[in-house]
Amino acid sequence: MFKKFSAKEDIHSRTNVKSSVQRGLKLKLIEQFPKLENVIDEIIPKKGQLVVIKCTDKLSLYAMDNEVLFYQHFDDPFVPSLKLIHKFADCFPSVTVDRGAIKFILSGANIMCPGLTSKGAALPDENLPAGTVVAILAEGKETALAVGKLIMDTDEIKKVNKGIGIEVGTHLGDGLWSLEVE
Amino acid sequence: MTEDGRSALPIIYCGVCTFPPEYCEFGGTLQKCKTWLNVEHPDVYDKLYSEDALAKATEGLSLEKQEKVEREIQKLQAKEANRAEKELKKKLSSKVVVKRVERSKRKHVIAVSGVEVFGIDPKKLAKTFASKFATGASVTKNLEGKDEIVIQGDVGDEVEEYVSDLLEEKGLDGVKVERTEDKPKKKSQG
Repeated sequence: MFKKFSAKEDIHSRTNVKSSVQRGLKLKLIEQFPKLENVIDEIIPKKGQLVVIKCTDKLSLYAMDNEVLFYQHFDDPFVPSLKLIHKFADCFPSVTVDRGAIKFILSGANIMCPGLTSKGAALPDENLPAGTVVAILAEGKETALAVGKLIMDTDEIKKVNKGIGIEVGTHLGDGLWSLEVE
Repeated sequence: MTEDGRSALPIIYCGVCTFPPEYCEFGGTLQKCKTWLNVEHPDVYDKLYSEDALAKATEGLSLEKQEKVEREIQKLQAKEANRAEKELKKKLSSKVVVKRVERSKRKHVIAVSGVEVFGIDPKKLAKTFASKFATGASVTKNLEGKDEIVIQGDVGDEVEEYVSDLLEEKGLDGVKVERTEDKPKKKSQG
């Protein structure tokens, strides 16, 4: 999604978020990621000023203190930025891919099922429904390298084991990663 | 810090490729990243690049596959190095042009072009000039379709000095700042 993203051309406007809207956003975020409840005030302090940056293709980035925290495409679920995931790693559901897949993900590919089911990869034990936003870790690494949305249920991934399993939203080194918000 | 002690994890990002150090090997500038990490965070360096860590990382792969991966990574690194070199060359060969344009007999404007190549944001620079010289300064597209800062007033010397200082700060001493003058064609005398 952020393969060709440049601050100059794709950012249309940036506005401060009203505090009432900000409260609503926080509730929505907790609803989507229940584990965030304990740390949400650390991510978005009550006094903090959230900024929404509107970009091409109905994309909005939510930033605070010059750092993008979340982005949202139209009315889709929120997707946390990688920097946020790195800080609060255990608050988001995650999957692990095998080592061979890292290279492709870092060049922007979606994740194929075999990369999630082979030896070295790991899916969570409980079923995650399709559409869940997950952090993507890699074999032998501790930090996330991408964020994506499940296209199939994780059970289905295990069963079918073919085709695209996760649509990658943002990965290390893409336009969002290197974006500098001022 | 919240009540139950949960808080943001400390995280290091590589100063060279901006990735978490674990992923430096995929960034294409591994050698530089390694040196950086060794200096800045020796403990992390030991964890990632010591002998056992390397052995562990490649454990699951067959020898053949391992070689292939290594070759590919090397290729990528060579490519990246090439690109960096080219970019540097391009930077060194380009220059900033400070042009003095006559508007009326006694009044001039200064047009600065070519700063964006060196990673300077023209819009911001225009703003700095505007407040520095207390004049109007704006960014416009010039004839070649490139961004150009137009500053009202005859401030060529100051601009030249400021720009070259700015470049020096960025470690680009060799970059030339060229002064030119542009007089409008005389109206045909009739």
